Amino acid sequence: MDPITTSTLCIGGIGLASAAALAVAEKYLSVPQDPRIGKVAEMLPGANCGGCGYAGCADYARAIVADNAECNLCAPGGPACAQAIAAFLGRAAAAMERRVAIVLCCGDDTEALRRAAYNGIADCAAAQATAGGDKGCAYGCLGYGSCARVCPVNAIRIANGIAKVDKALCIACGKCVAACPRKLIKLVPAAAEIHVLCSSKDKGPAVKKVCGTGCIGCRICTKLADGAITMDGFLAVVDYAKPLTNEETVAKCPGHCIRKDAPPPTPNS
Amino acid sequence: MATIPSPHTFRGGIHPAYNKALAAAAPIRELPLPARLTVPMSQHLGAPAKPVVKAGDTVAGGQLVAEAAGFISAPVHAPAAGKVVAIEETLTASGRACAAVVIETAPEQVWQPLPTFPEWRFTDAKQLIEHIGAAGVVGMGGAGFPTRVKLSPPSDKPIDTVILNGAECEPYLTSDHRMMLEHAAEIRIGAEIIRHILGARSLRIAIEDNKPDAIAAMEKAFQDTDGDVAVTVLRTSYPQGSEKQQIFSVTGREVPRGGLPMDVGCVVENVSTAFAVFDAVVNGRPLVRRVITVTGDAIAQPANLLAPCGTLYSDLVAACGGVAGQAAKVISGGPMMGFAVSSLAVPTGKTASGLLLLSPKKISDFSSQACIACGRCVDACPMRLSPAELSQCIEADDIDGAEPLALMDCIECGSCAFVCPARRPLVHHMRRGKAVVMARRAAAKKTP
Repeated sequence: MDPITTSTLCIGGIGLASAAALAVAEKYLSVPQDPRIGKVAEMLPGANCGGCGYAGCADYARAIVADNAECNLCAPGGPACAQAIAAFLGRAAAAMERRVAIVLCCGDDTEALRRAAYNGIADCAAAQATAGGDKGCAYGCLGYGSCARVCPVNAIRIANGIAKVDKALCIACGKCVAACPRKLIKLVPAAAEIHVLCSSKDKGPAVKKVCGTGCIGCRICTKLADGAITMDGFLAVVDYAKPLTNEETVAKCPGHCIRKDAPPPTPNS
Repeated sequence: MATIPSPHTFRGGIHPAYNKALAAAAPIRELPLPARLTVPMSQHLGAPAKPVVKAGDTVAGGQLVAEAAGFISAPVHAPAAGKVVAIEETLTASGRACAAVVIETAPEQVWQPLPTFPEWRFTDAKQLIEHIGAAGVVGMGGAGFPTRVKLSPPSDKPIDTVILNGAECEPYLTSDHRMMLEHAAEIRIGAEIIRHILGARSLRIAIEDNKPDAIAAMEKAFQDTDGDVAVTVLRTSYPQGSEKQQIFSVTGREVPRGGLPMDVGCVVENVSTAFAVFDAVVNGRPLVRRVITVTGDAIAQPANLLAPCGTLYSDLVAACGGVAGQAAKVISGGPMMGFAVSSLAVPTGKTASGLLLLSPKKISDFSSQACIACGRCVDACPMRLSPAELSQCIEADDIDGAEPLALMDCIECGSCAFVCPARRPLVHHMRRGKAVVMARRAAAKKTP
């Protein structure tokens, strides 16, 4: 036989034998999998962000079906996804509150002092490891974008030296929360509109020295907020479990760090 | 006693502009006692010392103000008599905050000496080691490793060679150079005390060949010393002053990976440390002051100042006639391994060998680019690492990939970044990667 025929027969033969082996394995060695897992996985958005706490969408689908995990943990999918999965599995749909990440610092380069010119690696963890960061405030946003780089949906922008989260884009996966070396980012209910955008635990005079928009610990807001703002040492902290609607807190804050979110853009704009 | 050229030279290294002429001719000058001293508790490698005085206490010069807080730690003494006004947080030159004892110095200086051992040749080594530890002596070359620990190697690691490090390979700095010229006799006694404690057969004084006057001074000081003593003349190359490179240059031995000099029978001590050992043992004076080179093209009169530990950098600058023109960058230490500081309100410590003020024309502000795979950093690395590969791993947050490439063996000498044509911040990457590994190891230790 000529070499071409030999090799064609050999390769073809190996292929046929392997196919036969696979067919047998499929029949006798297959592990039966709940067909609902695949269906649920298809319903999930497939972002594989890990925000639910599982290793990607497929793992979360398995957990919902096999381990009876809550079906409202998918932030990108939102309530619609949770309801669809609940209906498919015949479970009661749990209420789902959309959450978003927020950077608790508003000391941008106009307001906050930089005590040194940092020209090392543009990474917050690297800047933090070099002499504790170049920002005058030991708590404020360094602005080198470690959070923005890990965001799977590009919801974080660095503007004028600090990070800002786009509320509309955020899927609350929590990756930025873990990436921030100063622990400035928190996941909060999307419905909350008034925030204390400062994380400095320093006393008032020390804050004033390094930042024009820091919490000075005056406690004016706690009196106006009806329990929705509490003090953690010299820092006012919003308790997101309680509704905070009193806009006077924004107007009366002498540190100008209590801010109200800009209204969401209309779909047409 | 002989003078010999070094039989070997480590592979790699660089030849930066040394710029030592600025301060090399300035004799050591004692700084007038500052009105206020901020004595940091972390002037050494290891755990910060624990203060034993409180605000309001009156202290004598040389009195213990903080005790060692562990095995790798060192006590801190009052550099001058005065009143403790506060114990507060201060920023150190490395940028980290640590506690500091603030002393307002008294016009009348009272000194409280430690015991002395004029007959040290007949004193038990253990007793001398204890005494050197109690005097707070630490390595003065830069790392600040407690000398007490270095001088007590385990019994299965015999030391046969003591190397006195007078290389001072760091550009600009001249403090060790001046010490060798002006305190040669004291350094010799300190070296002999160290040799006596370790029972080492050989003593080598390692000096780079760009300091012929220091070589001559050491030859003269050691000329009638007994035994195998020699001045080893090193080829001028950075980083000759680095412990592992110097051991290779002087003895041809290579410290194994992850090992210590004692694994190859060597102990390396800086010449200033030898002086501190002499001062502690013979004069009963704890380590509370050191010579610091204030230099650079942005200082009016470059000088070598004998300053108490805890002097603020601003006091040093004032004593040197202030800033000439504009200082664009202020570096604590030398230009290769020092730390840029953001404020002059930073105190000196036992390891502060220099303060460098550079004018804008000496500073180039560059942006880094991607690695062009030229391999110059591989040629320059004295530890034979591959900085290009390491930095790319760390940049991609692949610390697990960097660790097997011997990330932890990096000595952060800066040779790679010095030669990099793409201006990559290689050492910065290494430091970040090493910090991550250290944090992981610490966490793993806590949760076994």
